[in-house]
Amino acid sequence: MSEIEENSPAVVKKKRKIWPWVVLGITIALILSTVLVGLLVSWDQAKAPWDFVSSQILGMAWLNALIGSAVEGMWGSAFHSGLWGKSIQFFVYDFIKIGLLLCFLIFLISYIQSFFPPEKTKKILSKYNGIGGNIIGALLGTVTPFCSCSSIPIFIGFTRAGLSSGITFSFLISSPLVDLGSLLLLVSIFGWPIAIVYVITGLILAVIGGTIIDKTGLGKNVEDFVLNGSGPIDIDSPDLTVKDRLTYARDQMWQTYKKVFWYIVVGVGIGAVIHNLIPEAWVETALGGGQWYSVPIATLIGVPMYADIFGTIPIAEALFAKGAGLGTILAFMMSVTALSLPSLIMLRKAVKPKLLVWFMIIVIIGIMIIGFGFNAFGYLFI
Amino acid sequence: MKIQAIGCGCKKSVKNYEAVVEAAKDLELTDEVEFYKDDEGIMAMGIMSTPALVIDGKIYSTGRVLNVKQAKAILEKAQKNSK
Repeated sequence: MSEIEENSPAVVKKKRKIWPWVVLGITIALILSTVLVGLLVSWDQAKAPWDFVSSQILGMAWLNALIGSAVEGMWGSAFHSGLWGKSIQFFVYDFIKIGLLLCFLIFLISYIQSFFPPEKTKKILSKYNGIGGNIIGALLGTVTPFCSCSSIPIFIGFTRAGLSSGITFSFLISSPLVDLGSLLLLVSIFGWPIAIVYVITGLILAVIGGTIIDKTGLGKNVEDFVLNGSGPIDIDSPDLTVKDRLTYARDQMWQTYKKVFWYIVVGVGIGAVIHNLIPEAWVETALGGGQWYSVPIATLIGVPMYADIFGTIPIAEALFAKGAGLGTILAFMMSVTALSLPSLIMLRKAVKPKLLVWFMIIVIIGIMIIGFGFNAFGYLFI
Repeated sequence: MKIQAIGCGCKKSVKNYEAVVEAAKDLELTDEVEFYKDDEGIMAMGIMSTPALVIDGKIYSTGRVLNVKQAKAILEKAQKNSK
């Protein structure tokens, strides 16, 4: 086809419709081949490539080894195994690793997200209702890009388009909590099984939360201006060329890196301290899975905190290595990301206090339940 | 042409507006670029992700901060459309 024909709207639309199926096909093929190898050869063999991805590609174990050798080479093996040596190694390795992961992931995910502008999500969701709608709302929440100043327009747009409060809140809960970026990050720390279970439980939390808010009628407590006003208006989002998407992805990547840089430094610093200076015994006693209070504490500490999820990784890694309960750590990470002061402040403009408070309570309790669950059953997945 | 840079007033939307202003200058356009921040108005247009760019009532970009090059390309396209 000539260049003009190849990029005519009809052809571009056809190409676009195929991609989701291609991705689905590849995913199914990967899962099937893993299962087949597991059944026919051995599960260790089947897991091997996945473990490779999680420990070498995402976890960059080779980088750790490289830096370790560098430290040893420069200052001798005695220094290397001493406190300073280990701290330096951890700090440099973790900082580089998270920086690289962040850039790569944000780029990739922003590219994917450029296909899901909120206006399109609204159009898709307006065709559904009930729990099915909540589920799709939660799923779309994970791929729709969202900056906190969009939360009000999105909330208003969804509500005026007739989307139930269940769908809107399922979307709002899952958006910050679950996304492709967090999934891959978790894989690098905890491996595939846990990461996948985390995502699934996050989505379930979003759906249940949305459903509760809807069915109890809490969802009606929105400010008047949300309901009264023009709309619904469906617009066709402007088409983006591949170059536009790459530029968008690149801009998102730099913006996020700059925004998050200091969170990472602080996070890695804290992680290094935990890793090398805090005895395992302390961590286990305070945060291990055994105590009933570790999950609630972790969750509640996380609520007022806002840190980017990338900043929480080194802390999570270090705590995990020191024997903190899996559920405790996940509860902390979830509450830091799902509930942030900036987005709550924004939400307050559109939603009455009663709903806002109940929204927070539901999410907090949900996170605690997940935390307890992972502490109790997490060993099954490691 | 009626050029409206849509935003909420945050840093991103200001950058977007400035890029459009610079692009219009480069193209020697006489039309003024309006920095449109009215929430209700934005909702009325159906826009849910800012910053955005609307020209003569038609939406050319949503949800991303345009750089000068992208803004120029859009302004040129809009010029052709308005002829």
